[in-house]
Amino acid sequence: MAGRQLLLENVHIPGIETFDVYRKNGGYASVEKALKKMTPDEVVEEVKKSGLRGRGGAGFPTGMKWSFLAKPEGVPRHLVCNADESEPGTFKDRYLMEKIPHLLIEGMITSSYALGANLSFIYIRGEFMYILHILEKAIAEAYANGMLGKNIMGSGFDLDLVVAPGGGAYICGEETALLESLEGKRGNPRMKPPFPAVKGLWGCPTVVNNVESIAAVVPIVNEGGDAYAKIGIERSTGTKLISASGNLIRPGVYEIEMGVSVEEFIYGDDYCRGIANGKRMKACIPGGSSVPILPAHLVTKTAAGENRLMTYESLADGGFASGSMLGSGGFIVFDEDQCIVRNTYTFARFYAHESCGQCSPCREGTGWMEKVLHRLEYGHGTMEDISLLEEINKKIEGNTICPLGDAAAWPVAAAIRHFREEFEWHVTNAAEAQTRNYGLIQPRVEEIKAL
Amino acid sequence: MHNMKATSPTQQDLTPVEFSTDMMTEINRVIAMFPEGKQKSALIRILHIVQTNFGWTSVPAMNKVAEILNIQPIEVYEVATFYTMFHLNPVGNYVFEVCRTGPCMLVGSDDIIAYIENKLNIKVGETTADGMFTLKTAECLGACGYAPVLQCKYKFHEHLTKEKVDEIIEAYRQASLLN
Repeated sequence: MAGRQLLLENVHIPGIETFDVYRKNGGYASVEKALKKMTPDEVVEEVKKSGLRGRGGAGFPTGMKWSFLAKPEGVPRHLVCNADESEPGTFKDRYLMEKIPHLLIEGMITSSYALGANLSFIYIRGEFMYILHILEKAIAEAYANGMLGKNIMGSGFDLDLVVAPGGGAYICGEETALLESLEGKRGNPRMKPPFPAVKGLWGCPTVVNNVESIAAVVPIVNEGGDAYAKIGIERSTGTKLISASGNLIRPGVYEIEMGVSVEEFIYGDDYCRGIANGKRMKACIPGGSSVPILPAHLVTKTAAGENRLMTYESLADGGFASGSMLGSGGFIVFDEDQCIVRNTYTFARFYAHESCGQCSPCREGTGWMEKVLHRLEYGHGTMEDISLLEEINKKIEGNTICPLGDAAAWPVAAAIRHFREEFEWHVTNAAEAQTRNYGLIQPRVEEIKAL
Repeated sequence: MHNMKATSPTQQDLTPVEFSTDMMTEINRVIAMFPEGKQKSALIRILHIVQTNFGWTSVPAMNKVAEILNIQPIEVYEVATFYTMFHLNPVGNYVFEVCRTGPCMLVGSDDIIAYIENKLNIKVGETTADGMFTLKTAECLGACGYAPVLQCKYKFHEHLTKEKVDEIIEAYRQASLLN
């Protein structure tokens, strides 16, 4: 594997899931360093210096999020790890927790110390029940070895850590829905403000961070924020776990240094090794199902003809007109035999299924989009249906409490933007569209230049 | 679909149920994880325990959970109906939840679903006549790199092929003979 491995370097060591092997390989050094040699604010400062951005998808600077945490006297604060991992195309946290559970636990202890939390939680999607058991076993080991509980390593810092499962709901990856769920309720997102940093779990100040973000705190504390920030490009610092899926020779979880080129990631020997079955790439969704899909010619190059890199900035180059987002790093690749209409339909169905139903634009709009796309996919669509989809999109976007509405609207808008001819072909050649796929689209260079 | 038709709560047998000592031990362990007064946070995990023990999540079982947590039954119903993992009607001994979202679709989940339907002679949502298998579809199970996937009793079966589906079905049949 090319590049530095800050999180997954040790996953292949036999027994690394046990406390003893993990500790022997340098594990829990960040706890020792933070609790014995650093103040909580110093830990926060290192995370700020590292430039670490939230790895769940939004990319908000973690150190800044931490610094927003309210600290009223006598009110408990909580750290909640978001292990809901529900964005289609994303399965990196599952891999990390299954292979090296103590890395997350170590990150939780160091981060809880920084935030002054004495009771922290890992909220994990219910489908990952087997990982909940792996984590609980590791937590029991951490208690037995004095890394959790009272007076950790003689520092006077106390921490209890609890794992709680969801019950199957995409929306619980949204932090306020997650907190509702953790309180034993339906996962309906809350209005913001107040933000969780002020009123979170049970009304107490709470920080919610993704698994990978919390794990990254370990190397940041061990090596210093500046060292971490030296890896990567611009405001995309450090390493990132990428979940690669779809029609690839070698799908899976990869830890990359930010700044690897998209071309190398897809075709390089150290990474996915190209498109499966000798086919050509048709499209790619680089950051999980909610981010815009890109046609092949905009995947490895930007509209301006520059090499596209695996960074927050480069993947977003061109805005929504010709770019996308790094998102959660859910990297989904489509070969030339895939139908974009069918794919857009399956994602629309997903969002309609997962809308919590609280806001009308999302509840109704996602259902309409599913129905209209079903018509188009199964040969009953009209040209008006394509513009209807665009209309519905505009009615959802920005009009809901949480980002699920936007997440449902963007992929549909992007699919029509880049693959309109394929949607139209489903209308004009409805019978043929039932028997074969449209194939590759031609780059529309003049259009891109005009944008 | 045998005798396992969808039943509304009013059609269910509402005779109160009791939980075994083992179940209660596990439930009390989970409740104790949360601070005093915050027991409701244990609800989702308790519903998982209930379903693991009974195979599905019935109204009487939910009523019992409400009693244990000292909350209103409606607070349990509204949660159980929100989350997709809870079966609110009787199901077969083995429930296959086959993922059908984008990344799985790209590598053939539609064919896998059709193959299972054909093999078990049931449609999605139905249970085999012997009560052994129920087939459901699921939206993204978070295993996209190992697609196509299905989940049964919390276990992931990955990189599915028709041959692998045959093996899985046979293994569960054998397992049920041992029970």
